[in-house]
Amino acid sequence: MVQETYLNKKARESEIPESFVYGGIPEEKPDEKKIQENKFSELDRYINLYKKEPGQLIIILQKAQDIFGHLPEEVQAYIAEKTGTPVSEVNGVVTFYSLFSTEPRGKYTLDICMGTACYIKGAQELMDTLKDNLQVDAGETTRNRLFTVKSTRCIGACGLAPILVVNGEVHGNASSGEGMKIIQKYRKGEDSESKKH
Amino acid sequence: MKVKNTEDLREIKDEFFPLIKQRMGYSNGLGITQVLVCSGTACSSAESQDFRLELERELDRRNLRDNVRVFKTGCFGFCQHGPIIMVHPGEVFYSKVRPEDVKEFVETHLISGRVVERLLYQNNGQKANNIEDINFFKAQKRIVLRNCGVIDPEEIGEYIARDGYFALADIILNKKPAEIIDRINKSGLRGRGGAGFPTGLKWELAAGQNVSPKYVLCNGDEGDPGAFMDRSILEGDPHSILEAMTVAGYCIGAAQGYIYVRAEYPIAVERLETAIDQAREYGLLGKNLFGTSFDFDIGLRLGAGAFVCGEETALLHSVMGQRGEPRPRPPYPAQEGLWGKPTLISNVETYANIPVILREGWEWYKGHGTSSSKGSKVFSLAGKINNTGLIEVPMGTSLRTIVFDIGGGIPGGKKFKAVQTGGPSGGCIPEKYLELPIDYESLKEIGSMMGSGGMIVMDEENCMVDIARFYVEFTQDESCGRCTPCRVGTKRLLEILKRITEGKGEMEDLELLEKLAFDIRDASLCGLGQTAPNPVISTMRYFKEEYIAHIRDKTCPAGVCKALLDFTIDEAKCAACGLCAKVCAAGAITGAGGQPYRIDPDKCLKCAACVAKCPKKAITKGVRKEAVNIAETGIHTGTGSQEERAAL
Repeated sequence: MVQETYLNKKARESEIPESFVYGGIPEEKPDEKKIQENKFSELDRYINLYKKEPGQLIIILQKAQDIFGHLPEEVQAYIAEKTGTPVSEVNGVVTFYSLFSTEPRGKYTLDICMGTACYIKGAQELMDTLKDNLQVDAGETTRNRLFTVKSTRCIGACGLAPILVVNGEVHGNASSGEGMKIIQKYRKGEDSESKKH
Repeated sequence: MKVKNTEDLREIKDEFFPLIKQRMGYSNGLGITQVLVCSGTACSSAESQDFRLELERELDRRNLRDNVRVFKTGCFGFCQHGPIIMVHPGEVFYSKVRPEDVKEFVETHLISGRVVERLLYQNNGQKANNIEDINFFKAQKRIVLRNCGVIDPEEIGEYIARDGYFALADIILNKKPAEIIDRINKSGLRGRGGAGFPTGLKWELAAGQNVSPKYVLCNGDEGDPGAFMDRSILEGDPHSILEAMTVAGYCIGAAQGYIYVRAEYPIAVERLETAIDQAREYGLLGKNLFGTSFDFDIGLRLGAGAFVCGEETALLHSVMGQRGEPRPRPPYPAQEGLWGKPTLISNVETYANIPVILREGWEWYKGHGTSSSKGSKVFSLAGKINNTGLIEVPMGTSLRTIVFDIGGGIPGGKKFKAVQTGGPSGGCIPEKYLELPIDYESLKEIGSMMGSGGMIVMDEENCMVDIARFYVEFTQDESCGRCTPCRVGTKRLLEILKRITEGKGEMEDLELLEKLAFDIRDASLCGLGQTAPNPVISTMRYFKEEYIAHIRDKTCPAGVCKALLDFTIDEAKCAACGLCAKVCAAGAITGAGGQPYRIDPDKCLKCAACVAKCPKKAITKGVRKEAVNIAETGIHTGTGSQEERAAL
């Protein structure tokens, strides 16, 4: 139910600008434009900081992903231009490393550790349960943009296997039942937040 | 302050030594109590930091700040029972502490002076007051991890109080590079990243290159699933790596070092950043170290999630900000590395050995280990084992000691099946080799490898074919795609294995698997491809009967491979409560009150929800099929018992 009300709300929100655009000039909300500008100027700071040393492309991309949430083509092109790297090379690096995403992610990224220790203690079951429950495949984001389900490489907390990491927060002993409880917690938090507004 | 010589170091040591002295079990004359809170990844994930903050608040509330000091410390290794705290004096070891326990801990231990019995670790029913009473620690020899759990990794003074940086000062002020390389050579230290190349030789090779600049690189891209040795060292004792790299820089003539560490290890990254800043502040990194003309600085490079970057040539590309693809060797990195210049690459644990060797002497170091492998090795124990955690044992310790004495055996009274060492590049070691003293050579001989030191224990409920499939899936996914044997070969390998686990395999597949595995091993460009088939080769060598069970009998003896499972209700046990039918999403279970329920195998999705729900444990999965021989095809299906099969 929680999911549905959230969806409806989102759908209503996204309807307004669409009809608006249809009738006239595609106009962005001014504050959104400003936010975007701020993001690029923040990125500029990092580029200038790291540009001095050779071989800092990966860390610039990491910072860019922290700022934008993912690495769309325009950001890749921007970094390529600013650092004097061919855009093909930037894209090559982005697509090589699993940490980088060219697709936007949900508000919460659910990383399921697929290290051996977690695997033999039931990480696959956890993954299957989450996928079933959220109706997504690994690497995809739920339609309400709340959760992205991903597998991650061993994070080295094998004593607590299986592991579920939600936005960097590590949850240990996350059996499939426990995993659902954790998700429910985040959903609830989200629900009460949207009620406040 | 900038440290200029040994006297300056001694001054810092004197300031911090009383704290360390008390932690070593001596009286320090300060009259304080120290609480060390493990702040490694595992304990932090189990809320050790919440405990620490709550403890600090409680101490403030009760005005105990002058008598009690709280420190963060590195991994004790006993991760299964975390969060861990250690209280000095008395070396009282508490496990599984929760933030809610703070009040009781403060009142009972700190105020009334009594041990909180409830929080002590139980050693076979016996409460262990002291760390020495715990079996887990008894058979260990902590050389590399000597500072983990003893010092605060975020305080350089404590590292110096443990005689840190003294060796560096002595070397830069008084010694020649060749002399040091000779010592490393004599110590017999070999690379801890897996291949076991003699470290001294590598240093010699890099030092002999007449090119400048040169670089020192630390490989902290610990990609093997289930391995967390490097992470714990970086988190618990970062300065030992900085010191070792600086010594290496002095010996080979490099002025710049890089530490490549996985972005998945945020705590390690943070500690390293702190450590580098502190070392710079004290003049132990930077220009003109100890007032000489020797400069050395260290930068951090973060990995972005690619397993192949642990391979040294791929690592070089990644450090330079490119795609982490390997290249053929030679030229070796020691000849042509970063930006085409000679580069010394070693693993984190290898570097962590250096300061000890220099301080205690190579003769002492050589006294540990076997004839070909010297010193100790850190292993991360994980999987189906009671004491998951980080251990350090002398080379040559037997697997039995590690699994059963230190690891405490298999949980739930299950039977031991295999130990997997070396991650996706290693192999599975069966029970018959439990007595084998492990070193580089012995592991190689039985088809596994030392690898970086991950050790995953498996019990009777793990299917070895599935494990082989799991590892090949991993390497296939991580294959960078540069060379065909690895890119295409692992894909085909995975397809065959998948076929087998789904019950579609044929006996010819075994031959094909073997042939393909050896082809990939011989023809791949880098270590990732060359070792990728190892899990398959080793499981086929020691657990061939499981492969045959999957292929010929279409069954998974361990009850893992879903497609081959068969769920049945034991009619004698069934209480006809109907819970299983209710929970079954597929509607495969039918029955009525008073009658035993039945599962329709055609509808059953094998989700095992009914097994979990059944209060009488009447539902079994797996090997209940009767063995039959289908006459027209000549195929056996079902397992039945051994005798039943023999009768066919």
